Parts: sequence; C-alpha cells; structure tokens
Amino acid sequence: MNKLIFALLLALAPMLGLAAGGGAHLDDADIDLSDKASLQRGAKFFMNYCLSCHSAKFQRYNRMGKDLGLTDEEVIDNLMFTTDKIGDTMNIAMTEAKATEWFGSPPPDLSVISRARGVDWIYTYLRSFYLDDKRPFGVNNIVFPDVAMPHVLWELQGAQKAVFKIEKGSSGNDVQVFDHFEPVTQGTLSLEEYDQVARDLTAFLSYIGEPIQMERKRLGVWVLLFIAVFFVLAYLLKKEYWKDVH
Amino acid sequence: MSMMKNVVGWFDDRYPLTKVWNEHLAEYYAPKNFNTWYLMGSLALLVLVIQILTGVWLAMSYKPDAELAFGSVEYIMRDVEWGWLIRYLHSTGSSAFFVLIYLHMFRGLMYGSYRKPRELLWIIGVIIYLAMMATAFFGYLLPWGQMSFWGAQVIVNLFSAVPVIGPDLGVWVRGDYVISDATLNRFFALHFLLPFVLAALVFIHIIALHKVGSNNPDGVEIKKGPKGNRWSDSAPADGIPFHPYYSVKDIAGVAGFLFLFAAVVFFAPEMGGYFIEHPNFEPANPLKTPEHIAPVWYFTPFYAILRAVPSVAGSAFPGVVAMFASILVLFFLPWLDRSPVKSIRYKGSLTKILLWLFVIDFIVLGYLGTQPTTDLYTLMAQIGTIYYFAFFLLMPIYSKMDKTKPVPERVTE
Repeated sequence: MNKLIFALLLALAPMLGLAAGGGAHLDDADIDLSDKASLQRGAKFFMNYCLSCHSAKFQRYNRMGKDLGLTDEEVIDNLMFTTDKIGDTMNIAMTEAKATEWFGSPPPDLSVISRARGVDWIYTYLRSFYLDDKRPFGVNNIVFPDVAMPHVLWELQGAQKAVFKIEKGSSGNDVQVFDHFEPVTQGTLSLEEYDQVARDLTAFLSYIGEPIQMERKRLGVWVLLFIAVFFVLAYLLKKEYWKDVH
Repeated sequence: MSMMKNVVGWFDDRYPLTKVWNEHLAEYYAPKNFNTWYLMGSLALLVLVIQILTGVWLAMSYKPDAELAFGSVEYIMRDVEWGWLIRYLHSTGSSAFFVLIYLHMFRGLMYGSYRKPRELLWIIGVIIYLAMMATAFFGYLLPWGQMSFWGAQVIVNLFSAVPVIGPDLGVWVRGDYVISDATLNRFFALHFLLPFVLAALVFIHIIALHKVGSNNPDGVEIKKGPKGNRWSDSAPADGIPFHPYYSVKDIAGVAGFLFLFAAVVFFAPEMGGYFIEHPNFEPANPLKTPEHIAPVWYFTPFYAILRAVPSVAGSAFPGVVAMFASILVLFFLPWLDRSPVKSIRYKGSLTKILLWLFVIDFIVLGYLGTQPTTDLYTLMAQIGTIYYFAFFLLMPIYSKMDKTKPVPERVTE
C-alpha cells in the first residue's frame, strides 16, 4: 500500500511547483460561469467594445446564444451589428494590414485568449489602464507595459493615474514599483460597477475560450462515478479469482 | 458448444489460434507475487491504444497546414461532435503515457528486471522509450501554437549544433531554413507513422518477455525453482496462469487508472499548464519569441541536462552530447549493475539510498527544466547532471561493494 501511495506521489510530482508567472500582481477575477446574466452582459460589452477591432474567429454566434440561454432572434436583434449570419464565427472587417498601420500590431484574436493569459490576467488588465503621455493613445497598462491598445472602456471607468514607489532592486539600484491607482476623472460607472463590467467581460472571454467547459465538468462527475463503481466490481472479481492462489 | 469447438477447430487447422492463446495468456505462468508496480506495463499498452484510436479520429478533422492547423484544433474543440473529448483524451494520454512508462522503468530499476537473461528485453524497452519521445516531439508541433513552434525550433537547432554537418542537418530535418509549413507536414506524417512502429516494438517487447519470463519483486527466477502447480506439473511452482489471474487484476488496475485519467481529462485537462502549456493557445508566430521556452514536462529532465553543460567555444554541442548520452546510457544498464542480487529488496542500504536519490534527482532536473535559468538553478542542474551520470557510471563499483542480504529460494508473499 505504501508503495502504491508513493507511486501516485511520483506520478503527481510534475504538478508540484506550478510555473509562476512573473510580472505584476494579478487580482482574483472571481468569475462564475454558471451565472448566465453575467455571461450575457459580458457578451453585450464584448460586442459593443471589443469586436470592432478584435475577432473571436472560432466562436459561432448561434453556439454562444445556445450556451448563454438566448434565442437566435435575441442574438440577431441585440448582439449582431454586422451583416454576419447567425451560424458565422465572430469575424471583423479590419484587415491585418490596416490594423498594423493603425495600431502598430494587429489586435490578437480573442477566441482562446483566456486560456493563453489566464482569467486573472484579463480581469486585472481591463482595470489597469493609466494615463501616460509617452504612449500614442495617452494610456499605458500595468500588466501589459507599452500595450498598443487604447483604453476602450475609459468612458465607463474614467481616467486614472498610476502612483509608483521607489524600492531597492536586487543589485541595490532604485526601481520603480507600481503602488496604486488614483482616479483623475469620473467615469459613467462607479468603481464597483466598473469592476463588475471587467468581471462580466472576463467571464465571457473564459466562456468563449472553451465553450464546453461547464458541460465537461458536469459530465465528468458521472464518468468518475461510473468508473468508481466499475473499480469496486473489478476489484471484487479479482479477489474472488485470487482466492485459490496461495 | 460443439459449434464453437468446430469454429475454433477450423481456425486451429489454419492458424495457431489456441496455441497463441495458451502460450501467451492461459498457460503463460507469471510469478504469483507481482505488486502494484507490475500494472504499469499493461496500462501503458492501454494508453498506446487510446492514443492510436483518438489520434486517428483527430486526424479526420486536423489540417497539417501552417495557415489552418491552429484553427482546425479549435474546430475540433468546438464544432466536431465530442471532438473536445477526443482531443483531451489524446493530450492527457501523451502525459499519462510518460507517467506510466517512467513508473514502469523505475520498477525495472528497482527489481533488476534488466539483469540476465532480460538484457534484450530491457534494450527493446529503451528503444520503445526513444520511439515514444520521437512520437511525442513530432506530435507537439501539430497544434501549431507558440510553444509548438518555438519548442520545435529549439530542439531542431540542437541538430544544427553538430559540428560540420550541423547546419545542413537542421535544414534536412526541417525541410526549410526555419520551422515552417514544410516541417509541419513532415512532422504530421511521422507522427502518424511512428505509433504503428511503436505498436510493433511493443509486440516484440512482449514476445521477448514471454521467452525469458517475467521478473518479480524478489528477483527470484521461478523457472529455476521447483516445478508443479495446480494447473500443470511442468510449470514453475511459484507461477500462476496470466489468464485469468493477472487479466482480472489488470482490469482492476485499468479501473483505478481510468479514474485518475478521467479526473484530469474532465476537470484539469491543462493540468495547470503542464499537460497543455498556456502559450500554446497563441498561434505560432515566427516573429515573436516567447519570453520563456520550456518543453513539455516529460522532456524537461533531459532539457535541464542540455542546459547544464556549458558551451565550448560558443557551441552548444557538448550539451547536446550530454543530453543524448543521458538516454543512451540506459542501454548499458544490464552490464553496469554488478550486484550479486537483482531486487532492491536484497540489496544493501547504499544502493537503496543511491536509487532514491536518483529518483529525487530526476524530479529536480525535471523541475529545473521547466524554469528559466538563474545562477542557482544552473548550479543545481549541473550537480543534478553529475549525479545522474555518476549513478550509472559508478554502478559497477558501488553495486559490487555494497553488502547484500540472502535471497530466498522461493518468492515471498
């Protein structure tokens, strides 16, 4: 038995010491993918604010509607502003060449961005734009320094500036470390309301990153229960057969 | 019943159906004292079958084209019926395969399963391991994510580090000056082919096993012991028929394994970025090098060895040699072990300590291989590399001088 436990530990060893991401501190996104209202609001913000520059070219509109509890008509009337068909994926009209001309680099497709960056990163990123005169669009971002993207949600959040503090670096030199944000102008939403917008958008991006994920976990419970019963039966069968081995 | 007998008889006149069944299952006598470690081989075979089946189904929708590959994987994940499950079974299966094979190899190390007369059996096993690594390496390029691309770039560049012929060798492997559509196409072809080579090698491995008979945790040769058990007068007294005793035991093992396997597939298919690396959700971009390139976890011990060896005259070739040597040394293991006993149970405490240190060393090297290099980590990897090779190369000395315990005549319970 000890050996079995050890074998399992050995098998689990690669999981120890998760690859720690360097860089800025990330806030907990605290999303809830079973909250359909949050996902629907996220879809609304995504269509209004993101989908003109960013595509989600692997996500179909009707699949989104089905998973978010919306009919095709509701999706067409409320969430689709282009000539796309309901079965199409979320593409944009802007070409890569134009995008490069306007932003310096083409805005990435967002289909699986939540899986590449992680939900906490996205949540923190959406809340971490600050005024910076040195940048072409007047803003910079704490978790993505010198990002080419303007602060698209500034109307909602308002403008904020970043306050840095000076700390001693590893080699004794002074380094600027981000401390906190200070609001400069008031947005149309309160800070709490804006955090919820960021959370809804993050939840939506997590959903489109892997539309099956809720169903996968629901199914997984039944699969594990089935295998557990199978294991008990297989084990009893083994014991029965092995009775005559001495 | 007589109808059944007639059908079997018809085949037996034309093909050794009953003979093969008896020789390899019903009348193959395996030692009766196998423990949990002896489940890993049959489980690895199960995973190979899972990989081949899911792989064939993935290939029905996958597009080996630099423009389409990344999207076709997402198409499988979203639009193909149960495609997400097939894909996760396949991606989790590759890691599970290596977990099982590492446990299987460790079992061999512990109980001396490579010792005479099983040298060839062990060597075939090492060839299987090499074929597995090649298969995994080719397959990892196919999703065409950032880690696929840059991981392949780093590994193929190792070939370019070979003096004189290196640069040409690199171009020959890639089919281009960089990893490109041509590389993706040939890697797909090889990734499809190699698993069938692997299956053939596994067949040869089992034939070799059934020629010499299975080792066991006591390292006692049951064929040399007394004869006669309740099934046969001429079979080893400590042997039991593989079927039904070990076939039912393996089925219980399969259930236990599938529980853990399904837990990963359904609840943590990325396994925190170890089974599916996060940067691989960004499409391959030849113009954007990721901050940190790390191979998948099952290659990282060897990657750590590669990085631990300092360059000589600006060439990484010594590291490449060390990396390949760290695997090739396994071929010589049967002749490096000079201990009078096979199993760790009857070896002295020195050997036991060195073996467990080797396990820790392998895990630490594996961890270091996932991390960016720092001065401390490089030093640790260098110590780990030295220990790795010392464990094998000094084995003729320490295995001979270490005190051993008396080996029993018969297998123990």
